[in-house]
Amino acid sequence: MTTSPMIRAVDMHKRFGPVEVLKGVSLDVTKGEVIAVIGPSGSGKSTFLRCLIHLETIHRGSIEIEGESLVSTNVQGHCQYVPPADINRVCRKMGMVFQHFNLFPHLTVLQNVIEAPLTVKGVQLDQIVPKAEALLRKVGLFDKRDSYPSRLSGGQKQRVAIARALAMEPEIMLFDEPTSALDPELTGEVLATMRELAEERMTMIVVTHEMAFAREVAGRAVFMDGGVVVESRPARDLFATPEHPRTQAFLEKIL
Amino acid sequence: MDYIAAILPPLLQGSAVTLQVFLITLVLAVPLGLGLAMVRISRFKLLSGLVNGYIWLMRGTPLMLQMLFIYFALPFIPVIGVRLPDFPSAILAFVLNYSAYFAEIFRAGIQSIDRGQYEGAKVLGMSYPQTMRRIVLPQVLKRILPPMSNETITLVKDTSLIYVLAMNDLLRAARGIVQRDFTTSPFVVAAAFYLIMTLVLTYGFQRLEKKYAVYDD
Repeated sequence: MTTSPMIRAVDMHKRFGPVEVLKGVSLDVTKGEVIAVIGPSGSGKSTFLRCLIHLETIHRGSIEIEGESLVSTNVQGHCQYVPPADINRVCRKMGMVFQHFNLFPHLTVLQNVIEAPLTVKGVQLDQIVPKAEALLRKVGLFDKRDSYPSRLSGGQKQRVAIARALAMEPEIMLFDEPTSALDPELTGEVLATMRELAEERMTMIVVTHEMAFAREVAGRAVFMDGGVVVESRPARDLFATPEHPRTQAFLEKIL
Repeated sequence: MDYIAAILPPLLQGSAVTLQVFLITLVLAVPLGLGLAMVRISRFKLLSGLVNGYIWLMRGTPLMLQMLFIYFALPFIPVIGVRLPDFPSAILAFVLNYSAYFAEIFRAGIQSIDRGQYEGAKVLGMSYPQTMRRIVLPQVLKRILPPMSNETITLVKDTSLIYVLAMNDLLRAARGIVQRDFTTSPFVVAAAFYLIMTLVLTYGFQRLEKKYAVYDD
């Protein structure tokens, strides 16, 4: 049986004004794969992730999610997004977790988790609350369900953000430096939650500076630099025997 | 004491006019101001520019002049010219004027909300109207309470301007008695009335601020 990959990104180009941030990034992600995207800051890792879920638009290239097109470029080089309704449908297959959490401060933890299912999917309250509570149990924050985000630690906030994304039942989870804003002693709890997700065969792309996590949890590691994918190999191999000199230099500096 | 009791009925009648202008203006100008703010921050450059000009005009000329213009000059303008009675003239001027101020308060509030809130809502599949209604505006409300409190208190006192259209608001009623009886005590009573109204407002806004204090930004 041939199935289309969960994500197929081909030749993505993205400019911010005159600065080209992505210079032809391609990546295939199969179901259940966990991909760590590493690289120096300014290499385009976050932009790549943000383009996948339409927080930024690309200028050239194509993106397909589960075989459904989000954006494509024809032979004349004309880049065309699908209609807005289709953009929404395709992007809803993905959930995203941000470096700065982006929780809704005026809502309690539980309200944060049930907000989108209620307003976007129209799920009934009595159906979503037990599900949300189960998700909060899973991330270990059931007892914080009625707290406001400002009362939580960074690690707790990020776990709520993960539960909030999962409540929309995405097929793919995107993580944009999920532990970079955390105190070192709080990264562990977030990484543990992500590891659990990976063990449940969630398809994940994780932009991260946590090399240990990338090596141990990710199936594949992608090293980006200067807006291109320099090296993309099984994580263990990439860390053990980096092939490209730039990968070697980066890993040497960071490990 | 007997004297104060005697002048109370006309002052209460004046207060009723003052309160009417205040309440009707508030109920109409707040939603209009929100609408103007939404257009002002929208990506429709032409409409945004028009609203910007409107706000400049309304904040740049005296409310009293606007009121006099609507009452005396509007009837002579071709096409849109209508002759309005005094009360609707006053309300129209107050609503147009205050909506401009409210629009700027809303705009500042909306623009103070972090971009991450929009992005967080967007990746959850929420539309722009949903994001505004459920995520942004509830947070805006908390942030704009202090300036809104200021503005509504100013509105209570600005209602005294309607005397130029010969309407009997609280201050004009007091002045009438002062001129009739050659005593200034009606002014003191009127001041007490204004203070009571603003006290109620201040208390109301404090309650709201307390209610919203359950969360921090």
